[in-house]
Amino acid sequence: MKLRINGTEHELAVAADMPLLWALRDVQGLTGTKFGCGAGLCGACMVLVDEVPVRACLAPVGDLAGKSVVTIEALESTELGRRIQSAWLAEDVVQCGYCQSGQVVSAYGLLAKVAQPDDAAIDAAMAGNLCRCGTYQRIRKAIKRAAGHG
Amino acid sequence: MAEPRHAAGPDATRRGLLKLAAYAPLLAGGGLLLGCGPSRGRSADLIPNALLRVTAGGRITLFLPKVEMGQGILTGIAMLVAEELRIALEAVDVRLPDATVSGILAINPETGGSTSTQETWLPVRTAAAAARAMLVAAAAQRWGLAADACEARDGAVHEQHGSRSLAYGELVDAAARLPVPGEVPLVDPAQFTVIGQPVARRDAPDKVNGRAAFGIDVRLPGMLVATLVPAPMVGGLVQSVDDTAARALPGVRHVVVLDDLVAVVADHYWAAHQGAQALKVQWRDQGNAALQQPQIEAALEAALRRPGAVAGSKGEPDLVLARATRRVEASYRLPFLAHATMEPANCVAQIADGRCTVWVGNQTPALALAAAAAAAGLPVEKVTVHTHLIGGGFGRRLETDMVTIAVRIAKAVPAPVKVVWSREADVRLDWFRPAYADHLAAALDATGRPVAWLHRIAGSAVSARASPDYFKDGVDLDTVMGSVDQPYDLPAWRVEFTRVESAVRTGWWRGVGGTRSAFCVESFIDELAHAAGRDPLAYRLALAREPRAREVLGQLRQASGWDAPRARGIGRGVALVTNWGTFIAAMVEVDASNPKSLRVRRVVAVVDCGQPVNPLAITAQVEGGTVFGLSAALYGEVTVADGAIRQSNFHDYRILRNGEVPPVEVHIVPSTESPGGMGEPPVAVIGPALANAVFAATGRRLRRLPIDPQLAGGA
Repeated sequence: MKLRINGTEHELAVAADMPLLWALRDVQGLTGTKFGCGAGLCGACMVLVDEVPVRACLAPVGDLAGKSVVTIEALESTELGRRIQSAWLAEDVVQCGYCQSGQVVSAYGLLAKVAQPDDAAIDAAMAGNLCRCGTYQRIRKAIKRAAGHG
Repeated sequence: MAEPRHAAGPDATRRGLLKLAAYAPLLAGGGLLLGCGPSRGRSADLIPNALLRVTAGGRITLFLPKVEMGQGILTGIAMLVAEELRIALEAVDVRLPDATVSGILAINPETGGSTSTQETWLPVRTAAAAARAMLVAAAAQRWGLAADACEARDGAVHEQHGSRSLAYGELVDAAARLPVPGEVPLVDPAQFTVIGQPVARRDAPDKVNGRAAFGIDVRLPGMLVATLVPAPMVGGLVQSVDDTAARALPGVRHVVVLDDLVAVVADHYWAAHQGAQALKVQWRDQGNAALQQPQIEAALEAALRRPGAVAGSKGEPDLVLARATRRVEASYRLPFLAHATMEPANCVAQIADGRCTVWVGNQTPALALAAAAAAAGLPVEKVTVHTHLIGGGFGRRLETDMVTIAVRIAKAVPAPVKVVWSREADVRLDWFRPAYADHLAAALDATGRPVAWLHRIAGSAVSARASPDYFKDGVDLDTVMGSVDQPYDLPAWRVEFTRVESAVRTGWWRGVGGTRSAFCVESFIDELAHAAGRDPLAYRLALAREPRAREVLGQLRQASGWDAPRARGIGRGVALVTNWGTFIAAMVEVDASNPKSLRVRRVVAVVDCGQPVNPLAITAQVEGGTVFGLSAALYGEVTVADGAIRQSNFHDYRILRNGEVPPVEVHIVPSTESPGGMGEPPVAVIGPALANAVFAATGRRLRRLPIDPQLAGGA
């Protein structure tokens, strides 16, 4: 199976029903994308598929042929990714940090689509990303900072 | 009048819970301090004690004597070192040491009980100050000056009345030959330039780009991945396994049957997961298959009707209550809670060449080492535990079951194996925060002051299992913390505890007993204030014993706009917590104008945690602890039906989402007192403040948690 991951074409010898999460983590060794719930409930496994945030734990690789998958590891190679990551650092967002890959990817998906999101847009885009440490307030500030009005 | 008698004194925290003595088996023959203490000759580094070294290059390395689980100790501890060594923070490297029998982590009993800063504050500063004194002495020797004519500053020793200076790196060799001084003056708090400053977290860059290595991210050559099939009923054991279908699946390599679990070992998690689905397991019930939640609650309530073991008392509260004209009584109920750390339980283990190696994020690396050795059947000298960043601890990773299970599986598999709990297994195989039942009774005098107070507590005693030193004469000293040392001036009181265990296993959970105490004591004092016709904040101010408690209350009153007019349906609640060495008061404002959907509008907290080390981390703990505590108070509940844990994932064990959290405003009281803990106080204070706010808004007193089902169902 051919899959474009972080700009490079990969040939994956895995079953078509394998969720992208495990193809990334256990086959490709891209462990920045996290396992949290396996049921699309927590957002720790968020990746971009053709620029749209997708839960990798629910996305069978067989459905992704010909699509472009971008993971947390590649976000720093984009201007928007760097802007979000530096906003995250400036707001001192992270605590344990386990959910933050998914948070950053969801924020990327939001800001790629809406340059200046209001609170309602942030609520809608980030509702799928749980954080047990409770960094939500700083995530909101970081998104606003990355958008240039924080 | 008799003096107050405390089975658990005001210092009764889990601090020091696991004493070094408990590690005697680990240390026997291991030469703990010799193995990593001051060494000379072998290296040119200056090593004033096991934790710290100044390298010949002039950089400082600190081996973290705690684990980093989000609390920010990696950053805070570097600040302590930089301050005492008078060097730039950037020159201090903090490393996560492996746990081996002679390694640093054998002296790190646990990261829990809000102790990361409390327990490292003096030892780490003292070690750094000793290094500073040795560097100064080396420079003084070279220049033929007295030590007090030299000054350490900016990573160098300077001649005070001259222009000579030597960078630390140039002095290390000479300093390392000097004796480690016994007593060293620490930097005067008035001179602090690093401690107390806001410093951004050092572990953050790798946590926003996916590079941070949690235990679950470990990959080894030839590694297999396993997942677990737990019994459907608590305590169930494996009767028989039909693994024909599972083994036929591509990628499935082994099926390992443990007594109470079956593990499917495969090339990757997906194959293991599919194998787990395909297993047919017959389970042997151990008498719990008919267990229902109401039975557990009935047992707790029954215990409240009998006297318990006395945890502390003063005066003759029964006599005062018997004579009282005004008596207030109330009962409170708290549910079992799961930890639901974002990183599910996991552990990597390998048995090879007569050695056991473990890779895990665990809050008790020394116990993890002991657990691995026991499960492997090897002496501790043959075991290494590699310590990882933790994707959420909250007490879950004070347990070592992950290590034991992974090592048992690894023994049956000729390859390193990573065991990853599914979220469902993580929830069902948790060590739950105990469910509790509390009853309080108080007598009020004519002015509305409480003159007698009886508090009876029933629940599981986590200490009895996990830390027997803390279970004394029938009293779990952790459970009663915050009850025997509640914040108010009471002329006569008694606190009793009755241990009630069920088949549901219990464990430490961010706050444990103190969080229970806070909900019951702070709800009840609120009830007394209303019975007395007094403002709840003013009532607390009048009764709080400690000046620092009154200070945080007073500041909260101003900062939160407590006395400002409020619209119909809006309520403000307050609570005060004075445990873990910290004083915190919080105000929660709710909008209850829609009776079925409560909205938490804002939270204001004032905290005095002694000398602030990193205000950014303190604020983060209050913000995060608030969310953690609100999730528990609004939604958190684990229940049993037909012997099974009913909750399994985030759909039925809800935690707050981004759009649901209120803004949290944090005020830190300046202080030079010893630092207190910050992990647990914010979690403890928020639940009662919320329930009190609901009462203020609606007149409805919520005496059990969680709140949300009661609003929706009107129960």
